[in-house]
Amino acid sequence: MNVVVCVKHVPDPNAPVEIQDNRIKRTGVQNVLDPGDMYGIEAGLLLREALGGEVTVISMGPVQAVEAIKRALSMGADRGVMISDDALTGADSLVTARVLAAAIRRAGFDLVIAGVESTDGYTGTMPSSLAEFLGLPQVTFAKRLSASASSVTVDRQTASGYHVVECSLPALVTVTAGVNEPRYPSFKGIMAAKKKPLEHLTLDHLGMSAADAEVEQEIVQISAVDERKSGTRVANDEAAARIADLLAEAKAI
Amino acid sequence: MDFDLSEEQQSFVSIVRSFVDDAIRPNAERWDLEEELPLDAVKQMADLGLFGLPFPERYGGAGADLVTLCLAIEEIARVDSSLAITLEAAVGLGAMPIYRFGTEEQKNTWLPSLVSGNALAGYGLTEPGGGSDAGATRTTAILEGDEWLINGSKSFITNSGTPITSLVTITAITDKGGDAKEISAIIVPAGTPGFEVGPAYRKMGWHHSDTHELAFGDCRVPQANLLGRRGDGLRNFLSILDDGRIAIAALAVGLAQGCLDECLSYAGERRAFGRVIGGYQAISFKIADMATKTELARTAYQKAAWLKSKGRPYTKQAAMAKLFASETAVEVARDAVQVHGGYGYIEEFPVCRHFRDSKILEIGEGTSEIMRMLIARELKLPST
Repeated sequence: MNVVVCVKHVPDPNAPVEIQDNRIKRTGVQNVLDPGDMYGIEAGLLLREALGGEVTVISMGPVQAVEAIKRALSMGADRGVMISDDALTGADSLVTARVLAAAIRRAGFDLVIAGVESTDGYTGTMPSSLAEFLGLPQVTFAKRLSASASSVTVDRQTASGYHVVECSLPALVTVTAGVNEPRYPSFKGIMAAKKKPLEHLTLDHLGMSAADAEVEQEIVQISAVDERKSGTRVANDEAAARIADLLAEAKAI
Repeated sequence: MDFDLSEEQQSFVSIVRSFVDDAIRPNAERWDLEEELPLDAVKQMADLGLFGLPFPERYGGAGADLVTLCLAIEEIARVDSSLAITLEAAVGLGAMPIYRFGTEEQKNTWLPSLVSGNALAGYGLTEPGGGSDAGATRTTAILEGDEWLINGSKSFITNSGTPITSLVTITAITDKGGDAKEISAIIVPAGTPGFEVGPAYRKMGWHHSDTHELAFGDCRVPQANLLGRRGDGLRNFLSILDDGRIAIAALAVGLAQGCLDECLSYAGERRAFGRVIGGYQAISFKIADMATKTELARTAYQKAAWLKSKGRPYTKQAAMAKLFASETAVEVARDAVQVHGGYGYIEEFPVCRHFRDSKILEIGEGTSEIMRMLIARELKLPST
């Protein structure tokens, strides 16, 4: 089972987001491997441990984003592919999907894993676009994932519960936080990561040109979300009935 | 001259820090209250490879240097001294003597489980009447046939009574009387008949570090359990303590840094007389002093660890680092309580626990007085 995991270097989610020219400021801030991607990496490692094969980690971004790949390699991934190109500065999720598709096709795979969405832009559209470019069936929102040599079985989170979906390979799966418990890299893992194959690619290597990286999306405005309203306090003596009403209002029961 | 950690060490520190924040910080206060070594936390530290850091890969270790081990100990001690000493003692006092002085067979038997963190080992040097006078060993081991017959007792032995303790190495008198006192080291597996683990001590601090008094009554172990050459026990054990001192200094720096972190956030929030207290020199100067001493202590332990990694003499620097860092930790913790005022005396605030945890640093693995004695000796002052 050869697994490709898509990862992203994002501004540290624990720091306040800075917006510059309608974009998230990415330079001069602390960037980290997207915490949401750790679940995808762990899922890849677990499948490799169960079924053999290799885990390849792919990322597109500025050169320093290779740190995200290195982190994945220290967790135990086998090889890394980093795509950096000046023409990709400001790429949107569609361009990203197109470029990643080319790199993934080149790397070879049975299964592609991505997080449901990144912890910076949160568009959540990249994995689906990627599946389309690769001509793959996609199973999104996996909260549990297992596989055989020829198929994956996924518990797919829905608003009211989950679907059990079986899908033949090759396929693309997006994983939610909680699908597993990502391991911490050990010092041995960090040292071993230095010796693992890590390719640096440009658009040229992928047979693509700046025209393929043309951004057609325009961001008109970014505004802050409304602050979450405070909750409702329910007194003890009326609790059961009142909570039932609230759940009914929320259409949860 | 280069004060930078390697890129790998820097990543490692950030990983250990996030592990500590996620897995240890939310539980430290509860564990302290429960006064029992949390084995699930030990397991998580083991999964991170912490117990194997300085050992070669052929025993399952990571082949890291002492600096790297100290960095991990420092990070843990920022939040939880009990777990930091559990790691320090497990590696430096538990597994290290076996690695340094064991035969290949002893290493193959005992090291893999210690290095992986699936087992812990204790180091039995101190006795009820010993302490700083480490040579005053009274425990005896008499060779009878092909077995050592051990009688005596040991005090304050870390990691000696946990459910995963696999062995304790002890020092014992192995001569047959006469003028020359012969002290040797012997491996005593946990559960050996005649080896009794006393109840856990009620300690001022280090509450969830496992510490016991041990009693040996006609305890028999195979002759092959002799660790190192017969008669080298005390010398070997004392040389182990040099490294231990650097690691204790790292632990002290972690505790001081943890206090400093708490003070920085508290002094930036708590308001009195119309402004945050960090704006008053009475507080800011105290915190500036805390930061300065902590930074100097860190430089001292890292230099000592670096000297050791380079294979250079480091006894003096290790003693200086241990002395300065442990006294710094006690001073910084005391001042941190003062900065917090009444809240510093309340267990919900970590500086309260840090203050209780700090004092032992001036005592364990060589008291401040012994450190000054060693430094004076290194300075070639006349011996008394």
